[in-house]
Amino acid sequence: MATLTSPDLTPVAAALRGQKLPRWAPAALAALGVVLGIGASYGLYGELRTANAVVLSAVLYSAVQTAASFAVEGRRQAVDRLFTTFVYTAFLLAALPLVLILWYTIQRGYHVISGTFLGSSMFLVNPDNAGGGIYHAIAGTLQQTLLSALVAVPLGVLTALYLVEYGGRTRFGRLVSFFVDVMTGVPSIVAGIFVYAAWLIALGFQKSGLAGALALAILMLPIVVRATEEMLKLVPADLREASYALGVPKWRTILKVVLPTALPGIVTGVMLGVARVMGETAPLILLVGTNPKINLNPFSFSQVSANPQTALPTYIWDSFQQAAGNPTHPAAQRAWGAALVLIALIMLLNLVARTIARFARARG
Amino acid sequence: MTENPPSPGATIGAAGSAHVGASTLSGGPSLISGASVRRGDRVFRGLSVAASASVLAIMAAIAAFLVSEAIPALAKNDANFLTETKWFPDPSTPGGPVIFGIASLAIDTLVSSLVAMAVAVPVAIGIALFTAYYAPRRLARPLAYLVDLLAAVPSIVYGLWGFFFFKNHLGGLVLWLDRWFGWTGLFHYRPSALPGNQSLFTAGLVLAIMILPIISAISREVFVQVPRQNIEAALALGATRWEMVRISVLPFGRAGVTSASILGLGRALGETLAVALILTQVYDINLHITENGGITFASNIALKIGEAENTGTGALIASGLVLFVITLAVNSVAQLLIRRSNVEA
Repeated sequence: MATLTSPDLTPVAAALRGQKLPRWAPAALAALGVVLGIGASYGLYGELRTANAVVLSAVLYSAVQTAASFAVEGRRQAVDRLFTTFVYTAFLLAALPLVLILWYTIQRGYHVISGTFLGSSMFLVNPDNAGGGIYHAIAGTLQQTLLSALVAVPLGVLTALYLVEYGGRTRFGRLVSFFVDVMTGVPSIVAGIFVYAAWLIALGFQKSGLAGALALAILMLPIVVRATEEMLKLVPADLREASYALGVPKWRTILKVVLPTALPGIVTGVMLGVARVMGETAPLILLVGTNPKINLNPFSFSQVSANPQTALPTYIWDSFQQAAGNPTHPAAQRAWGAALVLIALIMLLNLVARTIARFARARG
Repeated sequence: MTENPPSPGATIGAAGSAHVGASTLSGGPSLISGASVRRGDRVFRGLSVAASASVLAIMAAIAAFLVSEAIPALAKNDANFLTETKWFPDPSTPGGPVIFGIASLAIDTLVSSLVAMAVAVPVAIGIALFTAYYAPRRLARPLAYLVDLLAAVPSIVYGLWGFFFFKNHLGGLVLWLDRWFGWTGLFHYRPSALPGNQSLFTAGLVLAIMILPIISAISREVFVQVPRQNIEAALALGATRWEMVRISVLPFGRAGVTSASILGLGRALGETLAVALILTQVYDINLHITENGGITFASNIALKIGEAENTGTGALIASGLVLFVITLAVNSVAQLLIRRSNVEA
């Protein structure tokens, strides 16, 4: 073994492996690329333009590195390095907008948020003036998503139970499974206009929190089904068979063995589903509308007079229209404040859901 | 009649003792009543079948209600629904002409989604490969989660960001595209056009960001399922990492990536608010995609529902029906592709 690693064999190994660029080459070339990129930006425009400099640096870096690699290591290694650069760039291209969106939202939104903003409604506030808040919108969003979960979760869990425990392999089961997947792709505006056609036009009800919750339930249902199905499939068949062997009927096995085992995963899936629909705007614009007053009753769906709620997304939409494209308008600032609160709520739900999933995995 | 009342009570008692017997493991065979077991199973099975049927019922109800509410408006339309570009469904004077059609909606929806696909698909494949094979193993999960966070941003926030931030930073890119690719016509930015970047191009780029997570997440799922032997065989033959990806990963994942892209297309076609906030509403067909303008199926519904009267609402529902049918077809194709590739794998 010692002879294989001895220094006098290194030239042979090098000859077998071929020439390689030193390990520090990518870093050095990256530095060179940045310098050249900034230089080129000055050369072309006479000033530093960040976006241009970044793009130029990236292009120059990959060009120089590919050329160097081609000269030293050969064509195959050069292509490999070029592709590695592309893959890393692709990831940065995705991370960049996320950072920009979060940064911009926080920057525009954080100074709007205060106790008054979170604790008061827009009642008697002129939209063109500063002041007012989003209490009514937060309450509406929470009520509507909770209501939609109350509809979608039992339906979704039972459907998943059918697919996994009863008839997943039957013709009917395959049909349901197919349409659950297709339903995942139903645009939110279509769910909205469906409830609009069925609930508001055909049945003659007015806008209300419940109408929005119905549309959200349609959007949440396939998410809950898929998440529950995945979790139920993970429950070991041994557990079910042990229960059957003790003479426990199938429905009690499901209730007492299968569901408790899968419960943390199902809770995670439900919370992710809630987080998904919490940001849905389109159906709520059609079905919930806006109301400057605090309305804590999503069930006020009379046929005579509308008593709409407000949700955070519709509040943002409304404020955006009041601002009429002016970024310094008070309504625009309220829109950013509400957007920050909405993102924070959704991220919080995501975080809690994933923490539950992690704890459950660690325990099991 | 007098003997009937006690029997339900007796079965309830039997069911109760059955579960005591099962849970304490001490029950003899006589404690479990076959009838109660069958009844419990029948009820539970019935519930789950009903829930499953509700999925099919909802899809059927969507189609049925959209069709039934669209027909009266379509019957009143004085223009051709498929080729008309204008949208005046509510006549300004009683008895005036009713004119609406989906030509501009369809073209603009298609163009903005295609821009999104052209940008998002290559990048998403890159992201999927990065998180599956290139990123340091300990970082792969958190980095994939980071991309998934893009899906957690509400669409209205994408719209706000696109309107107040993103479009203001696109001026240089658009002029550059006009200078070097203006000859294609697509990127030709005519001097007469209003400045502002509230264009299908901008909307397409924002849509691209929005559909990145769905395409990359599904592609990644497929890429990590590539059999270990295929990868190691390629590496053992001396393949570089890119050659390994090209030889073993990409052919294996082709069907999955295709269906992921189609699902992304479906998402882009139906996206509403981000598009509605960015585009200026212009009801014509303009293939200079970097100029202001544009209206899509979804944004048209969101923007017009407030002012729509009887026929107007029906017309919007008709356009919603078209969008529903298109996305249904697109998603069905994607799902059939996924299913077929699973059978082969």
